[in-house]
Amino acid sequence: MRLSSQISKDKKRQPPQCVLSHPDCTRVSPPPPPRCVLRETVKLAGRWREQRHARRFSDCCQNAKWKALSPPPRTTRSAPSFYRSHWSSVMSTYQEFIQQNEDRDGVRFSWNLWPSSRLEATRLVVPVSCLFTPLKERPSLPPVQYEPVLCSRANCKAVLNPLCQVDFKAKIWACNFCFQRNPFPPSYAGISEVNQPAELMPQFSTIEYIVQRGPSAPLIFLYVVDTCLEEEDLQALKESLQMSLSLLPPNALVGLITFGRMVQVHELTCEGIAKSYVFRGTKDLSAKQIQEMLGLTKPAAPGQQGRPVAPQEAAASCRFLQPVHRVDMNLTDLLGELQRDPWPVSQGKRPLRSTGVALSVAVGLLEGAFPNTGARVMLFIGGPPTQGPGMVVGDELKIPIRSWHDIQKDNARHLKKATKYYEALANRSAVNGHSIDIYACALDQTGLLEMKCLSNLTGGHVVMGDSFNTSLFKQTFQRVFSKDYNGDFRMAFGGVMEVKTSREVKVCGAIGPCVSLHSKGSSVSENEMGIGGTNQWKLCSLDHSTTLGVYFEVVNQHNAPVPQGGRGAIQFVTMYQHSNTQKRIRVTTIARNWADAQSQIQHIESSFDQEAAAVLMARLGVFRAESEEGPDVLRWLDRQLIRLCQKFGQFNKEDPTSFRLSESLSLYPQFMFHLRRSPFLQVFNNSPDESSYYRHHFVRQDLTQSLIMIQPILYSYSFHGPPEPVLLDSSSILPDRILLMDTFFQLVIYHGETIAQWRKAGYQEMPEYENFKQLLLAPLDDAQEILQTRFPMPRYIDTEHGGSQARFLLSKVNPSQTHNNLYAWGQETGAPILTDDVSLQVFMDHLKKLAVSSSS
Amino acid sequence: MSGPQPGMPGGFPGAPGAFAGPPQKKLDPDSIPSITQVIEDDKARLGGQVFSTNIRGQVPPLVTTDFTVHDQGNSSPRFIRCTTYSLPCTAELAKQCQVPLASIIKPFAKLPNNETPLYVVNHGETGPIRCNRCKAYMCPYMQFIDGGRRYQCSFCNCINEVPVFYFQHLDHMGRRVDFYERPELSLGSYEFDATLDYCKNNKPPNPPAYIFMIDVSYSNIKSGLVKLICDELKTLLEKLPREDGAEASAIKVGFVTYNKVLHFYNVKSALAQPQMMVVSDTAEMFVPLLDGFLVNYQDSRAVIYNLLDQIPDMFADTSESETVFAPVIQAGVEAFKAAECSGKLFIFHSSMPTAEAPGKLKNRDDKKLVSTDKEKTLFQPQKGVYEQLSKDCVAQGCCVDLFLFPSQYLDLATMADVPSHTGGSIHKYNNFQVETDGEHFLRDLRKDLQKSLGFDAVMRVRTSTGFRATDFFGAVYMNNTTDVEMAAVDCDKAVTVEFKHDDTLSEETGALIQCALLYTTIGGQRRLRIHNLSLNCTSQLSELYKCCETDSLINFFAKSAYRAILNQPVKNVSDILVNQTAHMLACYRKNCASPSAASQLILPDSMKVFPVYMNSLMKTAPLVGSTELSTDDRAHQRLSVMGMGVEDTQLQLYPRLIPLHDVDVSSEAVPAPVRCSEERLTDSGLFLLENGQSIFLWLGQASPPDLIQSLFNAPSLAHLQQGHMFTLPELDNPLSKKVRSIIGELLEKRPNSMKLQIVRQRDKPEMLFRQFLVEDKGLLGGTSYMDFLCYVHREIRQLLT
Repeated sequence: MRLSSQISKDKKRQPPQCVLSHPDCTRVSPPPPPRCVLRETVKLAGRWREQRHARRFSDCCQNAKWKALSPPPRTTRSAPSFYRSHWSSVMSTYQEFIQQNEDRDGVRFSWNLWPSSRLEATRLVVPVSCLFTPLKERPSLPPVQYEPVLCSRANCKAVLNPLCQVDFKAKIWACNFCFQRNPFPPSYAGISEVNQPAELMPQFSTIEYIVQRGPSAPLIFLYVVDTCLEEEDLQALKESLQMSLSLLPPNALVGLITFGRMVQVHELTCEGIAKSYVFRGTKDLSAKQIQEMLGLTKPAAPGQQGRPVAPQEAAASCRFLQPVHRVDMNLTDLLGELQRDPWPVSQGKRPLRSTGVALSVAVGLLEGAFPNTGARVMLFIGGPPTQGPGMVVGDELKIPIRSWHDIQKDNARHLKKATKYYEALANRSAVNGHSIDIYACALDQTGLLEMKCLSNLTGGHVVMGDSFNTSLFKQTFQRVFSKDYNGDFRMAFGGVMEVKTSREVKVCGAIGPCVSLHSKGSSVSENEMGIGGTNQWKLCSLDHSTTLGVYFEVVNQHNAPVPQGGRGAIQFVTMYQHSNTQKRIRVTTIARNWADAQSQIQHIESSFDQEAAAVLMARLGVFRAESEEGPDVLRWLDRQLIRLCQKFGQFNKEDPTSFRLSESLSLYPQFMFHLRRSPFLQVFNNSPDESSYYRHHFVRQDLTQSLIMIQPILYSYSFHGPPEPVLLDSSSILPDRILLMDTFFQLVIYHGETIAQWRKAGYQEMPEYENFKQLLLAPLDDAQEILQTRFPMPRYIDTEHGGSQARFLLSKVNPSQTHNNLYAWGQETGAPILTDDVSLQVFMDHLKKLAVSSSS
Repeated sequence: MSGPQPGMPGGFPGAPGAFAGPPQKKLDPDSIPSITQVIEDDKARLGGQVFSTNIRGQVPPLVTTDFTVHDQGNSSPRFIRCTTYSLPCTAELAKQCQVPLASIIKPFAKLPNNETPLYVVNHGETGPIRCNRCKAYMCPYMQFIDGGRRYQCSFCNCINEVPVFYFQHLDHMGRRVDFYERPELSLGSYEFDATLDYCKNNKPPNPPAYIFMIDVSYSNIKSGLVKLICDELKTLLEKLPREDGAEASAIKVGFVTYNKVLHFYNVKSALAQPQMMVVSDTAEMFVPLLDGFLVNYQDSRAVIYNLLDQIPDMFADTSESETVFAPVIQAGVEAFKAAECSGKLFIFHSSMPTAEAPGKLKNRDDKKLVSTDKEKTLFQPQKGVYEQLSKDCVAQGCCVDLFLFPSQYLDLATMADVPSHTGGSIHKYNNFQVETDGEHFLRDLRKDLQKSLGFDAVMRVRTSTGFRATDFFGAVYMNNTTDVEMAAVDCDKAVTVEFKHDDTLSEETGALIQCALLYTTIGGQRRLRIHNLSLNCTSQLSELYKCCETDSLINFFAKSAYRAILNQPVKNVSDILVNQTAHMLACYRKNCASPSAASQLILPDSMKVFPVYMNSLMKTAPLVGSTELSTDDRAHQRLSVMGMGVEDTQLQLYPRLIPLHDVDVSSEAVPAPVRCSEERLTDSGLFLLENGQSIFLWLGQASPPDLIQSLFNAPSLAHLQQGHMFTLPELDNPLSKKVRSIIGELLEKRPNSMKLQIVRQRDKPEMLFRQFLVEDKGLLGGTSYMDFLCYVHREIRQLLT
């Protein structure tokens, strides 16, 4: 490392400049940063980034022992092109196999070899399960322009895939799920070994079909805007909304509902007078009433009865939702003239906000006009609903909004009623395939806890910020409309995901932004995990990163032989409306080998994907946490961890020191340790809204992001060497380091004590300390890179040693040094954390003890 | 009764003889008392003179006489008129003569320009000085004693301390030295500035607001009414009433259109375009906006213009024919509630509200009920929603003026329930057509809009001991037995108050009436208007009869009869009227008249034309049981009369019939009216008939062609357009000008617009005209004046024997 050696040399040569007589001066002022003698203009971050990729796997492999703590090695945000060259080569490790599968199919299984019997499967503790990203971005996957070929068996209907056995002569294929032999359709007459359709080629284990059936429906965006905002906030929101009009596809339909004390549905067609329909904010109206009041129920014309109204006709008849290109100007003006809710709010009161009725009107409107069409209701709120159905808190300011404490004491008056109300709305909306986004920007809580189901069940986004006038909201909102490499929106609508399985496997459930379609098939297990009892789920809205956890059960009997063919297969069939209004079907078929757990346990162990397993178990935990008490969930997680360690650890009974875990499990306990401390399971210090927000994002992000959420990444920047990932541990907090922590929700830049003092002294302004300036800039650049790509945009925090915001960092790091076990003085070993939480070391000691104990 | 009557008989009896009743006894029609004669006599005696109100119990000139009032301690007869100015001392006496004791109070009566407007008195922060016991306001009747330190209330005789700031020495007559400087000590009528104690919620009131609520359903659009209203409002809104001396009107305006749903408009001055807000939730009405709904016209003129331009176009191709009604009023009330002000709704409505909403009405018109015991149900409003609505309106000070444009029955009795309880007016234009009725309607609208009025009013009538106010008739709402609540009261609305004895009255002290009206001015100030009147008391019946006032009496009888038909069969009511007439006259005959032959009919001088009025009253639509009259018209007339003052009832019951054929075109004067009888018409004549509701120009069969030529620019009667005609062409000749100026003057003078109808003798529309010849036998029932007089005479003779 030339650069670092130069710098360290430099440091040695240059004594602290401030050694003057004043005694205080020596104590207070830090030594100046090393001066840059060689004007080497290599940007630290740039170089490091290259290294980062290169080190990725070696990091993992080195961490053979759990003690060798490392942050999760995942540092990339998109599949690096670096790996693509390896595709064709033979896979040497499971890691590569896993990576390839993820890149190609968007699937990560907890086990990549499947135990061949039910009994063995349950003994593995972590269920056979996977994280599946239905719309994984695949630039190399051009969709095919024809319809999939389905298995002719009525209760199978699996899609022809590369795993099927094909008799090219007889033009017959055998379904690999039900073994039905199917003739090819006439259009496949010309196929042969050398002329195969795409879906038979192995590299097309994931394939996308464009279906021409049915009329293409335009996308619908219905803005539901709270007007009880501060002037500044409203102005910012209006600008964001106006800006968004230019981002919408020109044929998309838009609508506008505003609300405060009343709910206004704006008519967009009218020339001249701006027209709106007004609803009382306190009255719960049925969908039929709403449609009647909006004049949407037209008596069916004779001769047309029974025929559903085609969307085009509906579009013409619905004055409230109009193509963007037609009402662009109108709507811009309308938004421009939007005023704050004019009703007076007296001292000591909250403004009356009829969020419940507004949503009910929005849902009712779409339900009546555009059932089963992709639509996004975008709700913008600046405070909690304070009146009418769905009210979360009364308008008296002296009664604060519910806290976790209130909820635990069963003291939250409106909680149950409001939750029930929003759940009903969410379910109605989900049935019609409309998704609901919530953009909540307020300093206090806004009732996300009650409203979360709106987004969770319909696949909508939840964004939480302090104000609409922040870049956090503005950029996040803009990112909703971002486009992919094809220029299409990164959003899809009305997804239905179906899971088909080999006979030996059944599906137990899914966890993610979906609702059950209650489709009972032969592949549905009675044993429910997550949202179960079905093999079809509806995802009203999904994007390239939407990831479901899907849980399976092996049903093969213990004494039965390893199933025929040695492989079990699962097919994911996802139908959805693409953002360019095409109907598409994406089919992913995967297969894994069966292994006899008794004879091949090492193989099974090495096929363990601990990252995926950690996320999948975490999802189960979070899913439980929504309905169970926090401590119960933690106990359950601990129990699972201990059992897993007992199953796969190598140890001598009753001898904790002998405990060892193999490489493939080495990081797992550490993930669990951080998960236990995460806001997904701990409600302490979080408001109910924040908890809901965190959980919402946790159950929909892909593996990389989920891991960051469980165990944040910490990078260090210093003169001692290039930027590097460091342990998420209090020992990493050193005075001469800048730390960058990414928790997914927050990006914290922490300046160590010395660095902070240097910065304060203004060294970075001096030309001779250009290198210090570079050092300060390096984490900013890296942070910027993350800020620019992540959705929702994280909260950006720039803090320093002793700063109040430093708590974000201190609460995340492993408290290896606390005020209780502070190391000897004078050692530069990091910062003590004032906490009574157990450190990872203590956690591991306990784990080992319990694992080796014969009594448990 | 305006417009053609849908229920009129189709055929026209050919012979003129059909109109004349059975041959009368040979009695000279000229010999029976004539109203026109009485009016002319009074005019000759008192016309143009000054009437000073310094004498207690002084009978004022007739309402038909022009005179100037000089307030010297009693209210002008323009404000208060009484049935008699000498009250009987005892209840027995009152019972014996059966002359009703009542006052007709028109608190906001218009004063002619040569009379001083009311002074406003300010008694400072403590508010007007009032008697501690009965709360009567300081007035000329208070007796200052003890060197001016105390005063005795002449209503309840309580002795009160004079507040320090109000103290003044007395002169040798015992009068305060500042007697002439203080209106409340020297005048019959004056106003007090009210303090916050007199305001709702102890907050000064906001200026009132007018909301225009236009039915934009199919029929109103098609008839062109909506466009007419919108166009008119643009100019009319410039002329909103304003406080004397104020630069601009303080009244705010708002606009609502509706059919099955309501459309509110935001016309805030800051907007480039008005905004429409539709409220479809008619079950629970609310006002969707606060800011920008009620605006100052001056500020928002551009936006309002824009709106009024667009409304007719916006609904041009509507096919909605169903309307709501109660929610419309409710919306107005809610708007006033939200804006914390009082005000008036102008509702322009076309049809029975049949859309699904509160206050939905069903057709319950049933001609079979006429002349049965159940006839009263036709006049009774349907209970429920509208009852509550009236209450809400009055509580908020929301007056409802209703303009109806029906083409068929719309249950006016129910729909007009709210206006008739809130001091509103009801205007009705049957089968409205812009060409023929447009101008007529606009005149009404203009008058209505520009009227000066008070809002959110409470009236209390206090009397000196011995008698008290027991009953109130008018477009008012009574929450208890003493407070008369009116959402608004304008210059034409009168309340008739009936008094009863509860002790004996003394001839010496007389009787005092103080009417106090608390209200909000059009400028948004809270005021108290006080009218005081002192009356004589007598134990002599002759004195009582001498001081009776026929015009007031008939006003009282009309109102009480019209109220009675709500609860009793019409037949009963008529019988009571006749009996009481006979009784009153018999009592006079028995006790006051000099002995004479029993066959001779002797009438008190003050009541000598009373039978004409009474006969006419019994022939009015509400009281005549005929299936040929539309139920709505009957209800309409009944309700309009309830709020009328003496002047209006007089005219209503005895229309003016003015001969025009020998008019002196060079003189300013209007020819003297002739008696309302067919006998007075001449075939070669030209007559104008006017009763405050309708105006007819009757053309005799043999009208001289030159008259026709000068008026119509047509060579002869035969060349005139058949059927109805509604305008006189503007021709430049003295006769045309004169006739048009007479008509114009009348239209100007009357509180309501009248639709001019030109009828030719023997033409079908003449039927309408003939209804108003009240001395003749009624077309739909009812006797002629002569017959009635004979009948009453017979009754009197029976009573006397």
